[in-house]
Amino acid sequence: MKIPLSRIAHARSGDKGDLCNIGVIAHRERDYPILVRTLTAERVKEYFGCLVLGPIERYELPNLGALNFVLHQALDGGGTISLRTDAQGKAFGGAILLMEVEVDERELDPQP
Amino acid sequence: MIRIANGQGFWGDWLEAPVRLVEDGPLDYLTLDYLAEVTMSILQKQRQKDPLLGYATDFPPLMGRIAHTLKQRHVRVVANAGGVNPAACARAVRRLAPELKIAVVAGDDLLPRIDELFAAGHSFENMETGQPLAAFRPRIRSANAYLGAFPIAQALATGADVVITGRCADAALSLGPSIFEFGWRQDDLDLLAAGVAAGHIIECGAHSTGGNCLDSWQTVPDMASIGYPIIEAEPDGSFVITKHAASGGRVSEATVKEQLVYEIGDPRRYLTPDVVADFTSLHVCRLGDNRVRVTGARGTERPEKLKVSISYFRGYKAIGTLTYGAPDAYQKALAADQIIRERLARLNLHFDRINSEFFGVNAVQGGVVTAATPPVEVQLRIGVRGEDRAAIERFTREMIPLVLSGPPGATGYGDGRPAVREVIAYWPALLDRSEVPASVEIVQ
Repeated sequence: MKIPLSRIAHARSGDKGDLCNIGVIAHRERDYPILVRTLTAERVKEYFGCLVLGPIERYELPNLGALNFVLHQALDGGGTISLRTDAQGKAFGGAILLMEVEVDERELDPQP
Repeated sequence: MIRIANGQGFWGDWLEAPVRLVEDGPLDYLTLDYLAEVTMSILQKQRQKDPLLGYATDFPPLMGRIAHTLKQRHVRVVANAGGVNPAACARAVRRLAPELKIAVVAGDDLLPRIDELFAAGHSFENMETGQPLAAFRPRIRSANAYLGAFPIAQALATGADVVITGRCADAALSLGPSIFEFGWRQDDLDLLAAGVAAGHIIECGAHSTGGNCLDSWQTVPDMASIGYPIIEAEPDGSFVITKHAASGGRVSEATVKEQLVYEIGDPRRYLTPDVVADFTSLHVCRLGDNRVRVTGARGTERPEKLKVSISYFRGYKAIGTLTYGAPDAYQKALAADQIIRERLARLNLHFDRINSEFFGVNAVQGGVVTAATPPVEVQLRIGVRGEDRAAIERFTREMIPLVLSGPPGATGYGDGRPAVREVIAYWPALLDRSEVPASVEIVQ
């Protein structure tokens, strides 16, 4: 079944120059493998489409049940150069949470 | 155990936060982080106009307001409020809070030495683009190395009540007190990494106490009186993140984790002037209400070079808006955008970029997120940038005429023509540590 990522994770995004990074964190540690399986760098790149011109790197933080995505050339030049309203990528975290991910219904069981 | 708080996540943050921190509960150190990446260039510009400016002007009045409480409760302050003129900042604090002993950490400002550094063969290649800086020499507005936490510890050792720095690593503001209190040394890599992780968690103020939190934000209590974060630091590097008991907000595993992944690259290599911290080594564990313990920090040898933040002139920009209501709000805004672009094209003006956004449709999430029903109101927002100031000026004349000569119902133009602004851009580079001797001075 497909669910929005927000059902199993929360996120925060920010900037460094023209880079945007999005940390995605599983609400329950046991859902971290779902993030690892469904949120590939390719999938995230496809999701953000022409908003992100450069490549996307993914880093794993199993200790926090989190993934960190680094999006290159993501902010129209970034900082003061960017003409975007969201020159700092603050709204990217919310956007990724609306992405649909494929899970097995049993994975969402309330009991471990 | 010592308590280290952060009361400002940037210059412009909530003015009451540091006051609440020193008045509403126990505290040993109050840190204040005023400097974002482009703040230095703004301060440099102010200093060029007036040699007595160039620092965070919020800071001296704050010290005046809380000086008595700081003394009474033995709370010491570490702030990067000095900007590009820490000495002037110190004098202003002295005037408004004469009872406070002040120490200044200097040495980060490279602008006066930039030609000498070029001559010595330093190229300041842009870390993002690889370009050498030399071709941009006339455009450089500021250049500051990120100093580490050891000069701050040295400044605290002078007995100062207030330590004022210029540019330093954000996390250094709170690592400095731990180094001073616990006697951590340069080769205590895991301890320094712990201090860096703690500093990173509190450096953005309420970002770790329930602010800007996407984990059930609707349930964060009493955001109107949100508490700013406090580190309870132990000599063994473990620490608890908390906030004052009566304050609003929330400290949870979720709020701490969100801040740990904020504005980082490779989590195994979080670079600071003092240590490379490995954020994948941290264990985050809830101890109780609004108390989260972090343990397990691992660090490796500090980088050979220091990061330098340079700002340079990069042309001009202007942003204008027009707002349309129903019916057909989006269609009207789209048509207006086309008309303006056509008129600009006929004028043969050159822009590096023209960017159009439609509030209500795609302004902040670029159309990644879409709605099933059309919005009833849409704001058209057009931005242009380029080197030719006259072209940007002309653009600012092209929005408002559409009120009479474009699609029906254009409104929201009450502020008149948009302003033309200088673009001061950010240039990150690296420099040999040996070129950046930090110094500590006591202000008499």
